[in-house]
Amino acid sequence: MSAGEVLLEVRGLHASVAGVEILKGLDLRLCAGEVHAIMGPNGSGKSTLSKVLAGHPSYTVSAGEVAFRGIDLLALEPEERARQGLFLGFQYPVEIPGVSNASFLRLAYNTVQAGRGGEELDPLEFDDFVRGRMQLLEMDPGFLDRDVNEGFSGGEKKRNEILQMALLDPLVAILDEADSGLDIDALRIVSKGISALRAQHNAVLLVTHYQRLLDHVVPDFVHVMSEGRIIRTGPRELALELESRGYDWLTGAAAA
Amino acid sequence: MSTAALQSLVNQPYKHGFVTAIESDVAPRGLSEDMIRMISHKKQEPDWLLQFRLDAYRHWLTLAPPQWANVRHAPIDFQDISYYSAPKARPKLASMDEVDPELRRTFERLGVPMHEQAALAGVAVDVIFDSVSVTTTYKARLAEAGVIFCSFSEAVREHPELVRQYLGTVVPPADNFYAALNSAVFTDGSFCFIPRGVRCPMELSTYFRINTQESGQFERTLIVAESDAYVSYLEGCTAPRFDTNQLHAAVVELVALDRAEIKYSTVQNWYAGDENGIGGIFNFVTKRGLCWGTDSKISWTQVETGSAITWKYPSCVLLGERSVGEFYSVALTNHHQQADTGTKMIHLGRDTRSTIISKGISAGVSSNTYRGQVKVGPRAQGARNYSQCDSMLIGADCSASTFPYIDVQNASARVEHEASTSRIGEEQLFYFASRGVGAEEAISMIINGFCRDVFTQLPMEFAVEATKLLGLKLEGSVG
Ligand SMILES: Nc1ncnc2c1ncn2[C@@H]1O[C@H](COP(=O)(O)OP(=O)(O)OP(=O)(O)O)[C@@H](O)[C@H]1O
Ligand SMILES: [Mg+2]
Repeated sequence: MSAGEVLLEVRGLHASVAGVEILKGLDLRLCAGEVHAIMGPNGSGKSTLSKVLAGHPSYTVSAGEVAFRGIDLLALEPEERARQGLFLGFQYPVEIPGVSNASFLRLAYNTVQAGRGGEELDPLEFDDFVRGRMQLLEMDPGFLDRDVNEGFSGGEKKRNEILQMALLDPLVAILDEADSGLDIDALRIVSKGISALRAQHNAVLLVTHYQRLLDHVVPDFVHVMSEGRIIRTGPRELALELESRGYDWLTGAAAA
Repeated sequence: MSTAALQSLVNQPYKHGFVTAIESDVAPRGLSEDMIRMISHKKQEPDWLLQFRLDAYRHWLTLAPPQWANVRHAPIDFQDISYYSAPKARPKLASMDEVDPELRRTFERLGVPMHEQAALAGVAVDVIFDSVSVTTTYKARLAEAGVIFCSFSEAVREHPELVRQYLGTVVPPADNFYAALNSAVFTDGSFCFIPRGVRCPMELSTYFRINTQESGQFERTLIVAESDAYVSYLEGCTAPRFDTNQLHAAVVELVALDRAEIKYSTVQNWYAGDENGIGGIFNFVTKRGLCWGTDSKISWTQVETGSAITWKYPSCVLLGERSVGEFYSVALTNHHQQADTGTKMIHLGRDTRSTIISKGISAGVSSNTYRGQVKVGPRAQGARNYSQCDSMLIGADCSASTFPYIDVQNASARVEHEASTSRIGEEQLFYFASRGVGAEEAISMIINGFCRDVFTQLPMEFAVEATKLLGLKLEGSVG
């Protein structure tokens, strides 16, 4: 994969949940080496887009197509998408009682590694590996022994998502509000984690409400989403403008 | 019974599954004193045992099936069941090679490579096939240690004084409806006696099989560990598929004398009926252990995955001072299965202790009930109990209930109860999927985590089997 190559191409995507259409003709293109930000009012469909791309079974796609590295993403099972290099950092990560974080992370790592013909790690090797990654994210190794996300604070859950991204080393990472609920230090650390992933061969899609994350992880493009569509795309300065002016001037324009 | 009648009984077509074509000796349906006399006669039993059966039968006639359990089924017609079936020729075999090839094929189709398994694992396997023991291996090694491990019928013949001394002491014939029925009509089972001071040199394992359509199965198991003896006993079950409900009402009695320990593990995987709830075994079991001696210990570990209906409460009566009772259980229900299971810990002696760890997993439209009783008698000074009952629901249409009954009559007792319920839903599975992990593997990981405290109590090879079994049972139940 070289810089500039198209990694993810979304065309005319319509999707609904519980019989309600949420995405109404969405277009988006991510190329290798790029960071994109998606902003937009609450309920505009940002998380819906993220989950549709990752393959959440509750959502149905009624029209449009998505090519991921040239293949039909929508034809793949969600686990297959992950094995092919797609990653979703959840806005609200679920708790999985009874499953230790360490064994969950290792299973995920080995499954994705197996999918791309990489080397799998035994528990001891993995322990070294994961501790290294945790150190970068200034995470206490104690999180390995706890059950997945169980009782984690909001910020801790988000860091655990970034840890998973760092372990799985995806080609396209979609991070749904990776920055919400983080304190100032955590925001810096999470930003560091995202920046560390950033490379010429991959792409990042950041869903966010605030400029502050984008101060640390500078996007190449900023998209504004409203009522299930991208209504404006611009350079990083667009985010600054949104911060001062809000969305009315754009959504009003869209309605007109 | 004429040969022709027998043949037509044996050769009834089966809508599902398979049945071995081994010639069976099947009694006509129905229960009466004559039938009981016939069973006792066929088994060439002593008079006292016939009397035991008849007393139980007469008492049974005065009882009605219990209604309190949280299970639903059409009334059982006890006159529509055949109470005796045995392979016609009773081979006395020195090795598995001599076993009827047809029978061996059945075992293979059940996925029980028992010949090799027994040899490799060093496990003595007492094979129960249609109520009659066909073969017993590893007898010599056990005999050397002084351990008696044989079929119940053999025990009645060879060690009548032991059987007579202990039979019915833990589960009296009048205990409950199904125990009374079992006491009247039991055909075979296992007997195990570990003499004073002996540590049984190997795990004892019995594979129960039910093979003949509509022949009720009434197993009787008796295990006695004398002072300072130890035994670990494993029981595993798989049944071929068939179409009509089949009643199973076993009785298991354990007796532990001073400082003796009995570990009784079960992996139960009987036919549970199909996805629509048609067919399957009715499993109404009475299992009870008596910690008779001081410092004695009885542990029940069970992994219950089968049967259409399960009604089962392995219990401990803690009579001896400082005796210990334990109950570790995983009960899984899927599709239309119903399980009402749990335990009773009856503290009678001073400083007795008990632990209850129950993990219920429900999937499909099944219902899974934990029912547990902790009773502390007035003389059980310093008794302690800890109970933990966790339920896991898979999907939205199943149910779980917990009924703990606590009855404490001694103020110095300490009884603790904890409970939790969690649900595996679409969101958890999607979380796994988004990390590359498919639903089956995700469920297996969640279930293993959930059941860890119980699986660690199982002998190693059983733990592996149990893990696989749960995965298999939940296949396709989510996503
Ligand atoms: N299961 C559902 N049933 C009905 N409506 C739903 C369902 N799930 C989501 N929606 C609706 O879809 C719309 C888009 O939701 P989505 O979570 O994608 O918004 P968002 O842009 O991520 O918002 P936020 O910024 O608040 O995270 C919302 O109006 C939401 O109520
Ligand atoms: Mg959202």
